[in-house]
Amino acid sequence: MAACSSTTSSSSSSSAGASGAGASTGDITCVDGAIQASGSSAQANAITDWVNAYQTACPGSTIDYQPVGSGAGVQAFISKQVSFAGTDSAVKDADLAKAAAVCANGGAGINIPLVGGAIAVAYNLDGVDGLVLNSETVAGIFANTITKWNDPAIVATNPNATLPDATIAQFHRSDSSGTTDNFTSYLTATAPTTWTYGSGKDWMAPGGQGSKGSDQVIASVSQTPSSIGYVELSYVLDATGAKAAAIDNGGGAVEATSENAATTIAAATVTGTGDDLTLKIDYTTKEPGAYPIVLVTYEFTCQSGLAADKNPALVQAFLGYGASDAGQANLVSTGYVPITGDLMTKVRAAIASIQTA
Amino acid sequence: MSTAVKERQAGGGAPQIGGASIHPADRNFRWLVIAAGVTVLVIMAAIAVFLVVKSIPAITTNSTSMWATEQWAPDSDPPSWGIAVLIFGTLWTAVIAMIIAMPIGVGTALFISFYASPRLSTALGFVVDLLAAVPSIIFGLWGLYFFMPQIVPLSQWLATYFGWIPIFENSQDLYTKSILIAGLVLAIMVLPTVSAISREVFLQVPKGHVESSLALGATRWEMIRMAVLPFSRGGVVSAAMLGLGRALGETIAVALILSAVFEINWQITEPGGNSIAANIALKWGEAGINGRSALIATGLVLFAITLAVNMTARWIVDRRKEFSGAN
Repeated sequence: MAACSSTTSSSSSSSAGASGAGASTGDITCVDGAIQASGSSAQANAITDWVNAYQTACPGSTIDYQPVGSGAGVQAFISKQVSFAGTDSAVKDADLAKAAAVCANGGAGINIPLVGGAIAVAYNLDGVDGLVLNSETVAGIFANTITKWNDPAIVATNPNATLPDATIAQFHRSDSSGTTDNFTSYLTATAPTTWTYGSGKDWMAPGGQGSKGSDQVIASVSQTPSSIGYVELSYVLDATGAKAAAIDNGGGAVEATSENAATTIAAATVTGTGDDLTLKIDYTTKEPGAYPIVLVTYEFTCQSGLAADKNPALVQAFLGYGASDAGQANLVSTGYVPITGDLMTKVRAAIASIQTA
Repeated sequence: MSTAVKERQAGGGAPQIGGASIHPADRNFRWLVIAAGVTVLVIMAAIAVFLVVKSIPAITTNSTSMWATEQWAPDSDPPSWGIAVLIFGTLWTAVIAMIIAMPIGVGTALFISFYASPRLSTALGFVVDLLAAVPSIIFGLWGLYFFMPQIVPLSQWLATYFGWIPIFENSQDLYTKSILIAGLVLAIMVLPTVSAISREVFLQVPKGHVESSLALGATRWEMIRMAVLPFSRGGVVSAAMLGLGRALGETIAVALILSAVFEINWQITEPGGNSIAANIALKWGEAGINGRSALIATGLVLFAITLAVNMTARWIVDRRKEFSGAN
């Protein structure tokens, strides 16, 4: 599976022919050694691409990322098993205190947003292309208050489509996931009167059908006529029977694309302190061309005080490659969303601030 | 308790055998089997202790009733989670599975034991055993992608003509990812357990009972009804209980098939249902510290339920033994 998505890395790795620690013309700084990391499965494909590119350029280093889930990844970091953890939601509060305790000499634990994503509302409806929904209709469908495709609310945003009098088969995630967390955060922020179930990793609303993992959700939508579900953008790009709905954010319909999602992520505000770049995403953005249903996944590690056997220098070098132009360009080709603008500058500064000795 | 009994037998009993000393090999073997027995007890105790210790934090911080709450939010602030839905879903799915599996499993065993030709019975027995070798993830995927579409018409038929019976009612007009489908897949999964044990039990029926009932002019059905079934009732019950144990604990197939909602629903033809084991599989990866503890607490409850099922099975088997007429 990994092999088919790693073809894009050739351009970046070929430029970094340097051996040893010298920073060369490319974006890859080689540091020898091995690190283990684990966490979010949502960013697994992005990390795998980066690992392949990095290891090709630096034969002396090994990076092992296990996509065990965000919670399990943070747990592994807390129990000092990994060098960094990938997580779909920033590590904070009680978990942050526990995780920062790993960092020696009172070092801070920092969340670094490195991989962005878009959540597509995927639908499968015969004869309907270019479906446009807004936050109210999305909330209504997933809260089970809109149950037919020809509901006036859906017709209103799709005046030219022939919508059938069919029951909407709605699919959500049955497992805990950062995708659900971000999707329900979007609904809570943009349609609070329709969506009254709050936000979280677990699906709380009644009705609909749960499927395990984004792969099963997209499979269910592709397989079931008149259905709808939410998945990360890359899944709907690969799907055959399902299409992504455009979202009208109040400033016109916006297609679910990496570029449109990057606009929203770049406008996020940093709520973390210091170099902790915990973000708050403005889901209610009305900016034309800003796709509002986005997620940001973080890498969590110690700014200082990461044990020497966890090889902080390699962590810095590897994350630095991920944050480089080449690394971020890789994201787009696999359906992820790059971090751009001022935020990227802060990300690079945060990675540079990691103390390696 | 059992070690005390063994100690007494060993201490008092051994010298009586001709007063000779125990052969070293004999002694060593005795210790070996004691060690084996103790190992099992230690493992079980270790599991129980682990479950209790790890589940205490979540149980003490739960802001709502662990038994009555119909939601799962152990990582929110304040934590709120309950296992009523999970216990109900686990039992309900397993019961549906057993209702389907028992007649087929026992029927298969009877066919193999008393009706099939020797060659067919060997082949059929082999195939049924093979069913037990299929990994549960395969059953899950097969159930989800192949079996489910085949069952949808049956669900629609049940809902249309028997919808007036509450459990077949379908207000959502959706027929996939239902308890019925999970129950059917589970039934297939427990079939080999039920069938294999029943077959063994039927083989224990004394030949004399079978032959004399036939000699007295009984038909084959009468022979089964009057000689075989009364004798094997206890064994068949324990087959059912072992199958039930498997159905209760099945994880990944259920996690894939069920829609996993957090509400108690009796309706078996519409999307829904949940189970303790499936819930752990679905929530573990993303669970926080308290979430994991809460999941382990549900594991403790499943442990207790399975223990209760097995003890009931033992009790029934022991009680039936006296009335089976076998002695």
